[in-house]
Amino acid sequence: MIKDITLGQYLPGKSVIHKLDPRTKLLMTVCFMVVLFILNSILSLFLSMIIVLICYRVANISYKYAFKGIKPVLYIVLFTVVLNVFFTGGEPLLTWKFITISKEGVNAAILVSLRVLTLITSASIMTYTTTPIMLTDAIEKLFNPLKKIKVPVHEMAMMMTIALRFIPTLIDETDKIMKAQAARGADIGTGNLLQRAKSFIPILVPLFISSFKRADDLAIAMESRCYRGGEGRTSMRILKFTIKDFRAFCVFILFAVILFLIQIFI
Amino acid sequence: MNNIITLSNVSYTYNRGTPLEKKALNQTSLSIDKGEFVAIIGHTGSGKSTLIQHMNGLLKPEEGSIVIDGQDTQGKGLKELRKKVGIVFQYPEHQLFEESVYKDIEFGLLKHNIPEEERKKRILETASILELSDELLEKSPYELSGGQKRRAAIAGILVLQPEILVLDEPVAGLDPAGCKELFNIVLQLHKTKKITVILVSHSMEIVADYANRIIVMENGQIVMDGLVNEIFSREDELRSINLSVPQIAKLMQLLNKKDSTINSQIFTVDKAYEEILKKVKKIHD
Repeated sequence: MIKDITLGQYLPGKSVIHKLDPRTKLLMTVCFMVVLFILNSILSLFLSMIIVLICYRVANISYKYAFKGIKPVLYIVLFTVVLNVFFTGGEPLLTWKFITISKEGVNAAILVSLRVLTLITSASIMTYTTTPIMLTDAIEKLFNPLKKIKVPVHEMAMMMTIALRFIPTLIDETDKIMKAQAARGADIGTGNLLQRAKSFIPILVPLFISSFKRADDLAIAMESRCYRGGEGRTSMRILKFTIKDFRAFCVFILFAVILFLIQIFI
Repeated sequence: MNNIITLSNVSYTYNRGTPLEKKALNQTSLSIDKGEFVAIIGHTGSGKSTLIQHMNGLLKPEEGSIVIDGQDTQGKGLKELRKKVGIVFQYPEHQLFEESVYKDIEFGLLKHNIPEEERKKRILETASILELSDELLEKSPYELSGGQKRRAAIAGILVLQPEILVLDEPVAGLDPAGCKELFNIVLQLHKTKKITVILVSHSMEIVADYANRIIVMENGQIVMDGLVNEIFSREDELRSINLSVPQIAKLMQLLNKKDSTINSQIFTVDKAYEEILKKVKKIHD
């Protein structure tokens, strides 16, 4: 039941995208997001969507699987589409009783939905092809300069690593506890609102307790391996930019320029 | 017909349609009679846990059907079914959540709308079977020791008076005394109340000591099914799927090689003790 969430789960693979330096992927994802927000022509957004879809092909991730991941987000997209279509003023395109659909509204709806979908799909390429550990490594390295102004970069990266590391564990645990309580006759998530909220107590209490216990165990395990924070800590994986990353950046910049040119001239 | 559990051609796949797809059960058929004590053994990931979760409708078969005591698990009335089939999961103490042991045991009864007097009677009865004193019942479940927690959690399932009791590695992490104590309780229930017991265990010794019948699973299929003696005498086959026979059986085989009058088909310590004693007496005479 709860295990069906697939958005952002790492999928092992050997594609070019998998092999890129995580910093490259992270930087490109962030830059791509900025690009997406600057773009406001339907054509160039549509093209960027196609670029993302090509990336999925390259990374060897099936569209079916990717679609399953964004399903829950589709409702939000649908909601914004409805809002935009019906509540944007402007030149009326269609009028029926008190409902008016304007040209600007349709335009805005398409723009927003394309933008949101491209945003999510592009960001998920990164998480589909990068292990969480690599990702936090990249974050730590990229934010390293901030250490100079006393930002606890290492600690933040460590907390992120731990949080990401325990998501699957907690999902598993939740699943187990849900099943155990269901086997005793608990019906989870049924009845009226109050009953529904109450029905989560038998799941949340054990989950909380085991999380605290886990945190405690983890702290002891880290201490016994002499964890002393980021000071002087070396890394097993040393991140290195290679020619591949350089090429990826070039391709990325090329596409970005093309997209802007299309927006300006067409 | 005494069949209480019937599985026919049951298949189940986790994460269907994703790269993480895993077939956990593959065309499994099985029938268990009322009052049996069945052990399910198999390597990690062989499908044991998936199989037992089908027995009370927590998982529903993608193919095939399961009928428990005349009721198909696909249909309605799952709650009734779950009262009939009690599943004790691995580390059941993780499911304790109430403020007192008494209330935690009561949880299932409340969910099944059982009147208060009956609830009280049943809780006290179950607590005495599991040797949980009145003082313990008032404590918070988190104050108890490991063994006590385990018993409290099991009480929460036994209190529903299931006709079928499914135990998944019930003694993992318990000391030998606690282990023996727990199994004696289960055996007692099996004998006096005639409940059907299904035990999943990695310990061949426990299986040999308590079960009558063994089901061996491998890659989501049942590869062997028979009485304890039958299964454990097929040592080579068990070995080929990374399982073994009880240690005492190995000793008896070695003794049998030295002296062929010693019975090698012995799988429990108690029986081995008798056999060796018999032999020693003979030599003395």
